[in-house]
Amino acid sequence: MSARIVAASNSKLDIHWAALFKVAGVSLAFGVGVVVVFAVGVLALSQVETAREGGRDPRSGYAMAGVAFLICAAALGYGLYLIIPQFH
Amino acid sequence: MDISFLVLVVIITALAFDFTNGFHDTANAMATSIATGALKPKVAVAISAVLNLVGAFISTAVAKTISGGIVDDAKVTPAIIFGGLVGAILWNLVTWLLGLPSSSSHALFGGLIGAVWIASGSSAVHFSTVVSKILLPAVMSPIVCGVVALLGTFLAYKITGRARKKAQTEGFRHGQTISASMVSLAHGTGDAQKTMGIITLLLITSGHLSSNSGPPWWVILLAGLAIASGTYMGGWRIIRTMGKGLADIESPQGFAAETSSTAVLLASSHLGFALSTTQVVSGGILGAGLGRKLAEVRWTLAGKMALAWCFTLPIAALVGGLSGKVADSGNGGVAIIAIIAIVMVSGIYLLSRRNAVTASNVNDGTTVTLEPAAATAGAAA
Repeated sequence: MSARIVAASNSKLDIHWAALFKVAGVSLAFGVGVVVVFAVGVLALSQVETAREGGRDPRSGYAMAGVAFLICAAALGYGLYLIIPQFH
Repeated sequence: MDISFLVLVVIITALAFDFTNGFHDTANAMATSIATGALKPKVAVAISAVLNLVGAFISTAVAKTISGGIVDDAKVTPAIIFGGLVGAILWNLVTWLLGLPSSSSHALFGGLIGAVWIASGSSAVHFSTVVSKILLPAVMSPIVCGVVALLGTFLAYKITGRARKKAQTEGFRHGQTISASMVSLAHGTGDAQKTMGIITLLLITSGHLSSNSGPPWWVILLAGLAIASGTYMGGWRIIRTMGKGLADIESPQGFAAETSSTAVLLASSHLGFALSTTQVVSGGILGAGLGRKLAEVRWTLAGKMALAWCFTLPIAALVGGLSGKVADSGNGGVAIIAIIAIVMVSGIYLLSRRNAVTASNVNDGTTVTLEPAAATAGAAA
């Protein structure tokens, strides 16, 4: 019995480590990526306010915020795609 | 007739477990949103409840095995399932009373392991699978999520450092409503399926359904309603611990913690392992706490939680094993365990009333205690 479990555990643990690094890498890229892009959007909206009060053109701020939140929306869509099996 | 009584009791117990699973895990998705004021407490639990219900219906990935291979499923009988469920329910309620988030899935697995072990011996428990599917992910996933949230939080403050404070707070609050909803939906597609799987397999083994059948519509509906109503009840004691207790959380941190949790949960389920939402989110909140300068992280509480996680499997296994053993003796045994469980559940509920945490006072403190006086002293100190 013990031999089988050790063999099984070895193969399972191997699979686990490879997958674990993959999970860690993908999570890091997506998790940090979305937060960073969203933060850029928030900063851009704040600059829109500042520009308006200073009587300057707020359009570049709007454009930056628009692009940032669009990227976040795309990430959200991809997340929903992953969660909802009917899309697969 | 014999089987029908047991089957009925186990279905009710499974739905009761699903309910505790719901209110134990509301905090995962909603605690930081409630703490930062992104969502009002009642609104937050309502959104989470709806998304858990939706999640129960959209996911077709109903568990094909009761245990996912951690025990020999051929050795699982209705009495064992009953014992395992009782162990899991009691552990969920005790940890809720103490305000400690802990994994509902681990409680269920622990209960099943104990019940199978006592009924069929240790060879029916696949310890290598327990290590690779439960213990290793339980150690690694909070760390991975913590690192992601730490980095995300640090960069979020770095980038928005020049932004106006109000724009920063409001912007991330809006983001939080979405990120919290994603955690809820991911949770709903995962956790309600476990109860559906258990009930379906029970109906198959007892001959009410042909093998390889999917869950009947009423099983999907009941399981979805059980987890959604549990979620709506809101495990306020755990919400306080996760939202206020672990760290001082501002909206950028809440957003970073929830986004990291969603990323880790989706990445892992996509690659085929199921993680504990509770542990992932707890790691994310700690990481978010560490990522902001001068934010207080309460390591004593984090240590207590880690201790509770270590005890989840063994204690649920012990209770599950004993309950399963007694229930195996027949209808009388099942009735005795059911009555003992109901008495203990009522006792835990009454104890919780001595210092109730509700939607209206959830943000008024950082600790959850049994005695009201101690709570006041703790807040003053």
